[in-house]
Amino acid sequence: MATAILEVRSLSVDYLTSRGVARAVADVSFDIGKGEFLGIVGESGCGKSTLLFAIAQLLSPPAEVASGTVLFKGLNMVRMSEKEVRAMRWRDYSVVMQSAMNALNPVTTVGAQFADAMRAHGHRNKANIRERSREVLSLVGIDAVHLKSFTHQLSGGMRQRVMIAMALLFSPELILMDEPTSALDVVAQRSLMMQVKDLQRRLGFAVIFVTHDMSLVSNFSDHVMVMYAGAVVEFGVTRQIFDEGRHPYTQGLLEAYPSVYGTKLHLEGIPGSPPDILDLPAGCYFHPRCQKVMPRCAITRPELYAVDGEHVRCFLYETTEGACARD
Amino acid sequence: MAGLILLVVFAFMAIAPGLIAPDNPSAEIFAPGLGPSGAHLLGTTSYGQDIFSQFIWGTRVSLLIALVAGLFATALAVGIGVSAAYLGGLLDGFLSLLTDVFLVIPPFPLVVVIAAYSKNGGTTIIIAVLVVTGWSYGARQLRAQTLSLRNRDFLIAAKLRGERNWRIIASEILPTMTSLIVASFLGAAVYAVLAAAGLQFIGLGNVNTESWGTMLYWAQNNEALEAGSPLWAMAPGIGIALLGAAFALLNYAFDEINNPALRSVRGKHGHRNS
Amino acid sequence: MREIETSGAGESNGSPLLETRALTRHFRIGGLRGQTLHAVDDVDLVVHEREIVAVVGESGSGKSTIVRLLAKVYPPTRGDVLFQGRLLREIRSRRDILAYRGNVPMVFQDPYGSINPVHIIGYTLLRGLKLHQPSLSREAREREAVRALEEVGLVPGVQMMAKYPFEMSGGQRQRVGFAQALSYKPKLVLADEPVSMLDVSIRIGLLNLMVRLRSAGISFLYITHDIASARYISDRIYVMYAGQVVEHGSTDDVLHHPVHPYTSLLLSAVPDPRVPISVAATDIGEPPRVVDPKDGCRFRWRCPMAVETCSYVTPKLEPMSAGHDAACHVMSRLPLPSYQATLRSSRQAPPSRGKGKSNR
Repeated sequence: MATAILEVRSLSVDYLTSRGVARAVADVSFDIGKGEFLGIVGESGCGKSTLLFAIAQLLSPPAEVASGTVLFKGLNMVRMSEKEVRAMRWRDYSVVMQSAMNALNPVTTVGAQFADAMRAHGHRNKANIRERSREVLSLVGIDAVHLKSFTHQLSGGMRQRVMIAMALLFSPELILMDEPTSALDVVAQRSLMMQVKDLQRRLGFAVIFVTHDMSLVSNFSDHVMVMYAGAVVEFGVTRQIFDEGRHPYTQGLLEAYPSVYGTKLHLEGIPGSPPDILDLPAGCYFHPRCQKVMPRCAITRPELYAVDGEHVRCFLYETTEGACARD
Repeated sequence: MAGLILLVVFAFMAIAPGLIAPDNPSAEIFAPGLGPSGAHLLGTTSYGQDIFSQFIWGTRVSLLIALVAGLFATALAVGIGVSAAYLGGLLDGFLSLLTDVFLVIPPFPLVVVIAAYSKNGGTTIIIAVLVVTGWSYGARQLRAQTLSLRNRDFLIAAKLRGERNWRIIASEILPTMTSLIVASFLGAAVYAVLAAAGLQFIGLGNVNTESWGTMLYWAQNNEALEAGSPLWAMAPGIGIALLGAAFALLNYAFDEINNPALRSVRGKHGHRNS
Repeated sequence: MREIETSGAGESNGSPLLETRALTRHFRIGGLRGQTLHAVDDVDLVVHEREIVAVVGESGSGKSTIVRLLAKVYPPTRGDVLFQGRLLREIRSRRDILAYRGNVPMVFQDPYGSINPVHIIGYTLLRGLKLHQPSLSREAREREAVRALEEVGLVPGVQMMAKYPFEMSGGQRQRVGFAQALSYKPKLVLADEPVSMLDVSIRIGLLNLMVRLRSAGISFLYITHDIASARYISDRIYVMYAGQVVEHGSTDDVLHHPVHPYTSLLLSAVPDPRVPISVAATDIGEPPRVVDPKDGCRFRWRCPMAVETCSYVTPKLEPMSAGHDAACHVMSRLPLPSYQATLRSSRQAPPSRGKGKSNR
C-alpha cells in the first residue's frame, strides 16, 4: 500500500460523566492511504461518530482523547494546538455532517457561506471566491444560481450536496463524512452516494464514511470497519466482509435487510440492544446478544485475530498470533 | 451559588429584621448626623434615625416588591405569550399586537403618569405599575419559544390523545419551558428592584414607608452626601445593587443547570449518535 | 428461516374498514402570488380488517399528509373519508372524535420528538387511557398500560412505566408509541414512517411487531419510503408520487410486475448490502413539483419513458391486471402480456433490475 495519509494508533476517547468515565472509543487503529474509501459501520452509540470527531479534532469537553495518536501526513494532530489544527482544517481535511440544517447557517446564503470559509483561510479576491464557489457547486451537480439561495429553500438532497461542495472548497486530501445521507429518502441517498464516489474517483481524495447502514458502503468502500461498543470487531476488504462477514455481529447487520425479490423470509434482526458503555458486560461486549456464544466469551475479552486477510474480534477465529488491526 | 447565598441573606433580613436591628427604623430618637460607630453601624440620618435599622427593615419592602411584581409580570407573560402562540389565528394577532404596544411604551414616563395620578401612592401601586410595564418582554420570549414547539410531534400526539387545549398548554408545553419561565421571572425581578427604587427615589410611592428607595429619596432631599452622612445614600444603593446581582447570578446558575451545553457538551435529542 | 405468511386478506372481506374517495388536500402557501400546494390530489384508498396496507413514496409524495387527514389533524380540501361506513366529516362531537381516535390512532416517525421529554412514559400512557376509557379505575388503567408495554416487548412493563424518554433507546421509544396506540384497542393503526429514523438493525424488530399485531386483528396503514420494508410486511401497496397514487395492488403483484416507472425507480433504490448498486439509479431524487401543478403527469420530468401526451394529459389509474392499477400513458398502452414479459426479461440481468425499460 502506498504511504498512508492518515494513521490512527490505539486511539481511545473517554467521556467524563457524572456516573464515571465512559470509554466511547477503545483502542482503535487503522491506516488510510491516498484516495482510499473506508466505511465505518455500527449501530447508534457504538462510538463511530465520536471516533470521527476525535480524528477531526472536533471533540469538546466532556469528551477527550485519552490515549493514542492520529498522524495526518506525519503530524500528530492530538498534540497540535488549536491554531495549528485550524490551519489544517478544511485545507487538508474537511468534514461533512449528518444534517445540513444543523451545520449550515440558516440566515445567510450559500454563496455567503462559501465566501466566509474561503476568507477564513486567507483568500480575499472576490472574483476567485466566486469562481471557486461556482466550480464546487458544479462538481456536485447544482446550478450556480443557488449561490443566492438560503439553506431552507433547498431540498434535503441539495442541502447535503452543498455541504459536500463546501467540503471540497480547498481540495482536501481527506474528507470525513458522518452519516451524510441519513436524513434523505432512498432515491436521494443512492444518488448522493454515487456522486460522492464519482467525485472521489475524479479528484482523488480519501474518504472516511461513518454510517449505520451497511448497504450504503457496500459498493463504494475499499475497506470496512465494523464497530461495537467503542471497539473494532471486524476490519477488512469490503467485498470480503460482505461475502463472508465473520463476526456474528457483522452477520447480524448484513441480514437486517428485507429483500424485495425471492421468497419472503422471516428475519430476526439482532436481539437485545447495545450495552451502556458505562456498564459493559464482562468478556466480549457482544456476547449477551450473540447466537454463537461460548462459555469463555463471558469471561475473557477476545483480541483482534488475523484471519484470511481480515481481522475479527471473536474467539471463533482465534489464532495464536493475535494481531492488532493494521492495514 | 453566590446568588443563592446573597438571596438567602436578604430573605433573612426581610423576614426577621427585628432580630438584626431591634431599633425602630423610623423613630427619630437619636442624635442626627452621626458617623458609623458601635451603637449605630451605619450612623444616623439627619432626622436621627438609625441608618442600619432602616437598611435592614427596608429590605422587606424592596424584596417584596421584587418578588411580587416579578411573579405577576411573569404569570401575565406566560399566560399571554404561550396562549397566543399555541392558539394562533386572530387571538395570536390580537395578543401580539397588545404585547408589542406595551413593549414599545416607555415605562418610566408611563409609570410616572400613573403614579402621579393615584392618590396616595404606596407599594401596591408601584407593584401594579411594574407589572403592567414589565410583562411584555417575557411574553415575547415565551411566545417565540412556544411557536418553535408548536408543531412538534409530541404536541400533535397530545392532541390526538384527546387532551384539551388548556391541558396541553399546562401539562405539555409549560413543563418544557421551565428554565425560560424561571429566567423570565428572575429578569422581571431585577427590573422590579431597580425600577421600584427609581420610582421611590423620585418620590412616588409612600415616602413614609421604610424601603431602600425611600431612603435614597430622603437622603437626596437632605443632601446626605454633602452633609457628611454618605452612608445614608450608599447603604441602600449597595443593597439595591446586590439584590439585583443576586437575581442575575441565580439566572446564570439556572441556565447552567438546565442547559448542560454551557458546562459540558451533550447531544441534543434528534441526534442519533449520542 | 421460515417464510412469512401474508394474511391473504383484502379480497375476501366484506366492507372496508377505512375508505377514502377522491381525497384532496391543498395548502395555501404564502407570498404575494398566493400559490397552492397540492399535497394530496384525488386519492382513493381502501383498508380492510386484518390487513397491512403500505403507502410508499418519497418526501413530497403526500403520504404524511394522508396520514394526518386520516387522523383528523386537519380536514380535507375535498373528498371523503369513511370509517366503518361513516363519513369522517360527520364525526364532530368531542366524544365521537375521541372514539374515532381510539379506533384509529397514529404512531409517529421521530422517536425523539414524539414523546414529551419532561414526563415519564407512564404519564403519557395513563393520560391516554384516562381520556379514552374514563370508566376504568386507576388500578385498571395501570394494569392496562403495563399490558400494552409488555405486548410491544418492553418488559418488565412496571419498570418501563417509570422511565423517562431519555433513558430509552430510539427503538424502545418507538415501541412506546405502539404501546400507546395499542392501549386504545384500535382497529387500524396509522404508522407514519415508524422505522425510518431507527438504525437498520433495529427496524426488523418493529416490523415483526406489526406483523404479529396484524395476526392479533389490528390493521395497519404503513407509510414509508423504503419499498423493501413495505414488501416485508404489507399485503397491499399504494405507490404515491407528488400527491397522487400512481400504482396500487397486492404487494407481490406490484413489486414483481411493476408498471409505473416510479415504482421501478423505487425498486432500484432498495438498500441491500448483498446486491450491487443499480447503475441506472442516476436519478438525483429531485423533489416533486406540487405547487400549482398543471395537467399532465407529474413524474414526467424524471421519467425515462415520457412522451408528448405526458405533458398535457394527467394519466388516470387503469387496471393492469386483477386488483392492480397504474396511471401511466406509456405503460398502459402496451398489450398486457408483452410488457410483463419485457419486465421479466429485463430483470434477468441483475444490475438494471426493475427499471422496466421496454424494448423498442
